[in-house]
Amino acid sequence: MAKTLYDKLWDAHLVKESGDGSALIYIDRHIIHEVTSPQAFDGLRLAGRKPWRVDSILATPDHNVPTTQKERANGVKGIEDPVSLIQVQTLDDNCDEFGIVEYKINDSRQGIVHVIGPETGACLPGMTVVCGDSHTATNGALGALAHGIGTSEVEHVMATQCLVAKKMKNMLVKVEGKLGVGITPKDVVLAIIAKIGTAGGTGYAMEFGGQVFRDMSMEGRMTVCNMAIEAGARAGMVAVDQTTIDYVKGRTYAPKGDMWEKAVKNWREFVSDEAAHFDLIVELDGSQIKPQVSWGTSPEMVVAIDDRVPDPANESDPVKREGMIRALQYMGLKANQPIESIYVDRVFIGSCTNSRIEDIRAAAEVVKGKTKASSVKEAMVVPGSGAVKAQAEKEGLDKIFIAAGIEWREPGCSMCLAMNADKLGNGEHCASTSNRNFEGRQGYGGRTHLVSPAMAAAAAIAGHFVDVRNF
Amino acid sequence: MKSFTILTGIAAPMDRANVDTDMIIPKQFLKSIKRTGFGKNLFDELRYLDEGKPDQECTGRPINPDFPLNFSRYQGATVLLARENFGCGSSREHAPWALDDYGFRCVIAPSFADIFYNNCFKNGLLPIVLNESMVDQLFKEMYAMEGYELTIDLARQIVKTPSGESFSFDVDEFRKHCLLNGLDDIGLTLEHADTIRAYEAKKRIDAPWLFDVVK
Repeated sequence: MAKTLYDKLWDAHLVKESGDGSALIYIDRHIIHEVTSPQAFDGLRLAGRKPWRVDSILATPDHNVPTTQKERANGVKGIEDPVSLIQVQTLDDNCDEFGIVEYKINDSRQGIVHVIGPETGACLPGMTVVCGDSHTATNGALGALAHGIGTSEVEHVMATQCLVAKKMKNMLVKVEGKLGVGITPKDVVLAIIAKIGTAGGTGYAMEFGGQVFRDMSMEGRMTVCNMAIEAGARAGMVAVDQTTIDYVKGRTYAPKGDMWEKAVKNWREFVSDEAAHFDLIVELDGSQIKPQVSWGTSPEMVVAIDDRVPDPANESDPVKREGMIRALQYMGLKANQPIESIYVDRVFIGSCTNSRIEDIRAAAEVVKGKTKASSVKEAMVVPGSGAVKAQAEKEGLDKIFIAAGIEWREPGCSMCLAMNADKLGNGEHCASTSNRNFEGRQGYGGRTHLVSPAMAAAAAIAGHFVDVRNF
Repeated sequence: MKSFTILTGIAAPMDRANVDTDMIIPKQFLKSIKRTGFGKNLFDELRYLDEGKPDQECTGRPINPDFPLNFSRYQGATVLLARENFGCGSSREHAPWALDDYGFRCVIAPSFADIFYNNCFKNGLLPIVLNESMVDQLFKEMYAMEGYELTIDLARQIVKTPSGESFSFDVDEFRKHCLLNGLDDIGLTLEHADTIRAYEAKKRIDAPWLFDVVK
C-alpha cells in the first residue's frame, strides 16, 4: 500500500500497538534543556529509575541563558537572575549525575536545542526526535518525525525510550511555483498559517511538499517545519532528497564511511509514495506570496506588507471578531491602518525559527552600510548556536551589525520568550523573527510583529515596517 | 497520579478562543524546578493588574476586577469552560500544573491543542471536547445561574447540567483507564520492556548509526 512520509516514519518506530489505537513508538533522539526537564529527573529519582539509553540524550541550556558577554563571561555563576541560575545549574547537576552529554553554557557547541540538533548531526533523517519544547518540529526538515512533548513525557521517554502515542492524520501543504525575489521561508510559513489558522493542523502530521520546498535550503525547511505547531500540527516534515543528504554529510554525529552509504540508502526511503493518501491537502501558489507581517496576538493574524490592519467590522464570526477587537486593543493599532505605518521600538533577530547562518546572512545583507534608525531603542542579533556565531564572525557579519548600531549577542532563546533579561517593555512594538506573538510573550505588555530576518533588519533601519523588496 | 472518577463542581468561564499556554502560565514562572505552586499565577496577566514576578507573594497584588475568575460567584470552581483551540502554543506542562494547583479538575472546550490535551491526562486533569453548540449552551446556562454546577462522570462519559440534561463525550480507552485508576503510565510501559528490548536489538543491526554516537 502506498504510504506517506509520516506513515513510513511511524511504521519504522512502532514497538507495540494496542487494540484501542494507542501505541508505543521508539524514540531515537531526545534533546533536553533546563526548563522542562528538572521535574522529570525528580520523577526518575523518586521512582529509583535511570535513563534507558543515555546515548540517545543530548542536553544544553538555552531558554534562560543570558546573551550579553558580560554575564556569560563567568559561566553559570555569572547568571545574574538567581532563579535562572538555579535552573541552569540543576540541568548541569542532573546531566552529571546520570552521565548525559551536555553542552554547558559556555561550551562552543551550546545553542538553541533545535539549532544544535541538526547542526551536530545528533538529529538525522528517518529518526524520531522529541524534546520538551513545542518547536521540536524543526527537525522534521530532515525527514524525521519530530515533535514537542510535556515534562511527564520527558520522564517517560527517559525511563522507557518510548512514547505512548496515537497515530495522527496525514496533511499535505503543497506550495508550487517559484518564490519572488526577497520572499523567504518565514513568509511562506506565515502565509500558510494565515490561510489555515492556528488550529488548522490540529491532529495532523503536516508534510510540506511542492516546488517551493524542493527548491528550499535545509535552513529554510527548518524555519517552515519549526512553525508547524503555530498551525496546530505537532509535527512538520519535508521528504528526504539530495539537499537533505548534502546537509547531513560530514556533521559530527553523522555516520561515516561504509555506514554512511548504508544510512543514505535507508534515508532515501523517507519520502511519500506517489499514490499516498492524505486526509487533507492544502495548496498555495508560491509566486503570490509577499513579505508577511503579523498585526495581532495570534500567529494567524498576519497580512502582507503592502496591506492594512484588518477591520473587525468585516468579520462575521462573533468569537473571531471579539478576538480581533481585543488584539487591536492590546497591540495599540487601528483597523485599516497601513502596515508600513507601524513604528517599532525594538528589533529581535534570532530564535529557533530564524537564527541559523542563512538568516544572519539575510539580515546582514539588508543592514550593510546602513545605520539603525535613532527611534529604535534597541536592535539585537542573537545567533542560534556557538557554531552559527563562529561562522558569522568568520564571514565578518558581526561587524556589519555592530557598525549599524545593532547588538551582536551570545547564543540562546533570548527575546523569543523573554525568560532571560532580553525583553520588551510595556507597550513597545517589536519586529521579531521569532514564532509567537501571544500577549506578553516577549515581555509584559510587549507587542510582537512576526517577520522574516530581512524584514526585521529593514525595520531596524527604517524605524517602521517597510517592504524589503523595495529597500 | 490522582484518579478521576466522578466530579461535581462549580463551572467558571474562560470565554475567548485560542487561549495559549503563555496566557495560562507566563514564562517567568517556568523558572521553578518544582511541579507545584503554580496556581497563584494561573492566568497571571489577566488576573492581576501588575506584572507578576517569580517567588512573589500574590495576596497583596492588585486584582483585576473584570476578570471572571476573580468574581465571588466563581470561587472554588473545579470545571473550566473554554472556547476553541484551548492550550495552544508552548508545550509547557506547567499549564496543566497551574490549572490543577488552582483547583481545576476538568476543562470543557470545543477543541484543544494536541500537546496540552495530552499533558492534561498525565496530571489527573480531564479535558472534555463537546461540540460548539453544546459548549455555547453551557456558557449561557452558567452565566444565567449563580452557583452553576456540572457533574462529570468519566466511567459513563457524560457531563450533566443542573437541569438533568446530559451530554456524552469521547475519550481514549487507555487514557480513561489510566485516569479512572490513577495509573502512572511509565510503570505500564515498562511491563513491555522485553518488547522494547527486542525492537532495539533489531534496530542496532539495521541502523547501527543511531547508537552509541553521542557519548
